[in-house]
Amino acid sequence: MAALMAILKRDLALAYRQRAELLQPMMFFVLVISLFPLAVGPESNTLQVIGPGVIWVAAILSSLLGLERLFRDDFQDGSLEQLMLSTTPLAMAALIKVLAHWLTSILPLILLSPLLALFLHLSEPMYWALLKTLLLGTPILSLIGAIAVGLTVGLNRGGVLLALLLLPVFIPLLIFATSAVESASMQLQYTAQLAIIGAMFLFSLALAPFAIAYALRVSQT
Amino acid sequence: MWKWLHPYAKTERTYHLCQSLLPWFSLLGLLVIVVATVWGLAFAPTDYQQSEAYRIIYVHVPSAVLSKSLYSAMAIAGFVGLVWQVKTSFMAMVALAPIGATVTFVSLITGAAWGKPMWGTWWEWDARLTSQLILLFLFLGVISLYKAFEDKQQAGKAAGVMALVGVINLPIIHYSVEWWNTLHQGATIMKFDKPSMPAEMLWPLLLAILGWALVSGAIFLIRMQNEIIRREIKRPWVVELAIKNASASKGK
Amino acid sequence: MMHFEDFSSFLDMGGYGLYVWLSFGVTALSLLILWLDSIFSKRSLMSQVLSEQARQARIKAATEKSVKGDSV
Repeated sequence: MAALMAILKRDLALAYRQRAELLQPMMFFVLVISLFPLAVGPESNTLQVIGPGVIWVAAILSSLLGLERLFRDDFQDGSLEQLMLSTTPLAMAALIKVLAHWLTSILPLILLSPLLALFLHLSEPMYWALLKTLLLGTPILSLIGAIAVGLTVGLNRGGVLLALLLLPVFIPLLIFATSAVESASMQLQYTAQLAIIGAMFLFSLALAPFAIAYALRVSQT
Repeated sequence: MWKWLHPYAKTERTYHLCQSLLPWFSLLGLLVIVVATVWGLAFAPTDYQQSEAYRIIYVHVPSAVLSKSLYSAMAIAGFVGLVWQVKTSFMAMVALAPIGATVTFVSLITGAAWGKPMWGTWWEWDARLTSQLILLFLFLGVISLYKAFEDKQQAGKAAGVMALVGVINLPIIHYSVEWWNTLHQGATIMKFDKPSMPAEMLWPLLLAILGWALVSGAIFLIRMQNEIIRREIKRPWVVELAIKNASASKGK
Repeated sequence: MMHFEDFSSFLDMGGYGLYVWLSFGVTALSLLILWLDSIFSKRSLMSQVLSEQARQARIKAATEKSVKGDSV
């Protein structure tokens, strides 16, 4: 347990020192979203219709940008290999690293979301629904994404490949999340969608750490 | 499981098994697929709703059925390879992937060509077409992940993990797309409803599915042999085989 | 029993000829390409095996020769 806490602290400290790199996906997120009103026109009705989808697609794309950081440095400087040799279960260590990654590169995106909701004229119930889906859904992005990052960490040109592997897998999440926000815009219940996203989150939380650990072992050989 | 699989973990033995199965699959597959296609195109009765356009079913349905079975087969091969460390199982997975991608592509094209006369557009975001499109992306992902690795042992494991992630996701994708489709469906979209197909239409369809399965099997056997040779290019038995093949083709 | 009366109505497919023949054409072409690709890569692999073998033989011959040359 102490070892896991140490990993968490170390990753958070490292992220703090690389603030500039962490800011890039956030800037990308804001930029992509501000392109849409310019491209589609500023009518608030149109923006409200496409808003949830735009925010979610942009969130998925910007989380992909930061995802590579997850194991890259540790793989290159050999600390990942040390982690494998240590007595800490690799699956648990991987889970902690995913948590650190989520806290440092996804949570800021969620904190930015009120601003973007203003940009896209989302109504208040829509915004709350969006926030809930983001809080429940983005950990799935990190967990499943980490499997693919683990697999491609040894490759030099993993970036586009990562997107190619992950985007199809994220489609159900996108569908349920945007539909929750859409229901909220029509003053309808959206607990069903949230429950499904929650189920997907728990499912990936249970299975993904082992897949990540296996993927890292494959890459290390 | 292990005892049954063990002999085929030896590549040489698998190669010869493929060789002896190949003529059966190719000839039978070709025969069945030609009979089914001619039957479906020229002899089956016409559909009272869709007239002759329904004949696209004789390529669309077999390719759609095969695409999903091939993805499952690929994922099972990957699973066996990961769990029991069977090298030939990864080769089977790699051999299956391009066949699956091609078949999925065919089901998309034929679906579009069927959609044009029936729905009035080449592409409709219909639940089935959309999940086929996602399936194609999943196939391409596995193939490109495998190709990205230099070390093919590592590549097999990585692609196997990705195939498994895909296969767990496939039912979720299918369900979510279906659900999304019912939410967004406009009133103009006409659904194909085939409550009960008359036997004269059904038989050629079943035959076509069988023929497609056999032909995919034949192509799989060839590609499996290719994978084995590619991985064992310096082994004495491969060299012997190549020399024998070369002298046989010179003799002709 | 043949469903169509003559060959031109068979080609016409009740006005849907373009779509039906497009589907069957694309299908046949894709399967053919896949099959040819498999066959040709098998052939090229076989010749690769032979050239690899020849290369190994040349390397072996060259090293034997140089070893003999050194001893003389």
